[in-house]
Amino acid sequence: MEPFVTHAGRAVPLRRSNVDTDQIIPAEYLKRVSRAGFGEGLFAAWREDPSFVLNQPQYAGATILVAGTDFGTGSSREHAVWALTDYGFRAVIAPRFGDIFRGNSTKAGLLPVVLPEAAVIALQDAVEADPGTEVVVDLDNRVVLAEAAGIKAPFEIDDYTRWRLMEGLDDIGLTLRHVDDITAFEHSRPSWLPVTA
Amino acid sequence: MGRTLAGKIWDAHVVRSAEGEPDLLYIDLHLLHEVTSPQAFDGLRAASRKVRRPDLTIATEDHNVPTTGITGPGIPAPLYGPGSPFTDPVSRTQVEALRKNCAEFGVRLHPMGDADQGIVHVIGPQLGLTQPGLTIVCGDSHTSTHGALGALAFGIGTSEVEHVLATQTLPQQRPRTMAITVNGALPEGVTAKDLILAIIAKIGTGGGQGYVLEYRGAAIRALSMAGRLTVCNMSIEAGARAGLVAPDDVTFEYLEGRAHAPSGASWEAALDYWRTLPSDADATFDHEVILDAGTLTPYVTWGTNPGQALPLASSVPDPDSFADPAARAAAERALAYMDLKPGMALRDIAVDTVFVGSCTNGRIEDLRAAAAVLRGRHVAPSVRMLVVPGSMAVRAQAEQEGLDAVFTAAGAQWRSAGCSMCLGMNPDKLSAGERSASTSNRNFEGRQGKGGRTHLVSPEVAAATAVTGHLAAPADL
Repeated sequence: MEPFVTHAGRAVPLRRSNVDTDQIIPAEYLKRVSRAGFGEGLFAAWREDPSFVLNQPQYAGATILVAGTDFGTGSSREHAVWALTDYGFRAVIAPRFGDIFRGNSTKAGLLPVVLPEAAVIALQDAVEADPGTEVVVDLDNRVVLAEAAGIKAPFEIDDYTRWRLMEGLDDIGLTLRHVDDITAFEHSRPSWLPVTA
Repeated sequence: MGRTLAGKIWDAHVVRSAEGEPDLLYIDLHLLHEVTSPQAFDGLRAASRKVRRPDLTIATEDHNVPTTGITGPGIPAPLYGPGSPFTDPVSRTQVEALRKNCAEFGVRLHPMGDADQGIVHVIGPQLGLTQPGLTIVCGDSHTSTHGALGALAFGIGTSEVEHVLATQTLPQQRPRTMAITVNGALPEGVTAKDLILAIIAKIGTGGGQGYVLEYRGAAIRALSMAGRLTVCNMSIEAGARAGLVAPDDVTFEYLEGRAHAPSGASWEAALDYWRTLPSDADATFDHEVILDAGTLTPYVTWGTNPGQALPLASSVPDPDSFADPAARAAAERALAYMDLKPGMALRDIAVDTVFVGSCTNGRIEDLRAAAAVLRGRHVAPSVRMLVVPGSMAVRAQAEQEGLDAVFTAAGAQWRSAGCSMCLGMNPDKLSAGERSASTSNRNFEGRQGKGGRTHLVSPEVAAATAVTGHLAAPADL
């Protein structure tokens, strides 16, 4: 996983709430068996509308998505995260995220940033007024900055997830350091628990 | 201080706990299907890792599979050649990848046509693998279904699927707990589906985020196992990764004698343990929501998220009636997508398609309920109706009871098991502009096919709607 320490880029305002993962990547795109190329399916239905925000040339090349509340609800498809990163996004900012989407993001190097609704709207207003506004997502200091617009919004993220993202660590490798604990636990499990074999 | 059901299961599965880190949680059962697993198996291969516990892992083919052209139950369908049901080579490739991966890594698989094939969340309970007190995961958000038997079950992404395959554990933050207490009794004609739609409408699609929901109260205790499965299934539509119902005699009666349920002395040992699981009387929840079942009526969705639901007897809402600006904007978008006008009676909404099936409502009890409405009646000429059993075993049971004959006599299509029209990944889809009454779980834009419009309903409302051609309850017939 690519480490995430701090990222500076331009941002896209997506003024919609309840953006479910079916919208982020429709099911038709989930038939692939690799992790690559999902960017072309990102918001596939909405991108057919020429006025959709991702189709507006002033936001081309933006790397931060600023969305309404309850972003990434619904299906557990990690393909939604892969679609966003493949398209070029490094961070998504919203007032609230679907739990599974948020977890998937932190496993795949996309930073989900929870900011209060007022801060999200201020960021959306700022990048609509000037699409060139530089937005800095600083994970090290847990703050989102848009200095030109006078925005400085601290965010919370637990120490462990922050450390893992900043180091770009592989969860499986971390867990396997404790394989003896897993084996010991397995010896303590009751014998009547179900097996599939 | 007393502990909750969720807390007890959690505590019994902590492999390792350290200050400032998520708990490492042991996973008792890992369910796989073809969509969210191929990249996880690739990851194992790339790192030269094995599946740690193939004996705690089981796979089925469900999301991509066609529901026609399958000869079973008992005759596995081939991927290629004249006996293959596939018309989409991309879907076939994904199913083929699952078959190869399961063979390579030694995982039990129920392929299309197999007598035990079906939707992953239907076959787990049916085989008796889903049991009280277990931790269960699957790369599918409707894993919450299994909580109906008192198992802590939640959906995960593909990176986590790989993690569980490799380690049989997951690092997880301990969730908060929310009690959903449903007092009273559901009135005649009001179902578990209506209840969960009413709960989601009350707490919202994000209301359960960060929580495990525990459904409690007299109305929950009175539900059959099928009803509890329907309720827990849609916990994720309220934002909660998991929903739970405490195990009781309904649970034990459901499990006893199933293929993977304990038997003999093991059954007694299991029962002793299961009876310790319900939340203690003095347990505290982080939040509680209380509903009165007696006030409920059949519910249907009018919008594009499952929280946008109302009693069937009401009208399409006016977006201006929403005080919250985000909710107002969402309602405006939803009405535009759904092509509905404020004030229109929900009963006046005409549909083209009726779908009975899915992990929400694809069990034998659901099919019986739909058949009871259709018996002696006919599907309206303007409507196509698909009835898709949740598993091949459900299909066989329905045929033994003659339900297939009721459906076909009424003009409905009787299919093989799979996710079918719930999610638009297989040939069963809505066309752009088509409108359905569907017993599935998501009315998202394009969920059942690009441009399709979905109204979520119970099996009873689905069947009545098929007869009249517009949203209706059996009492309207």
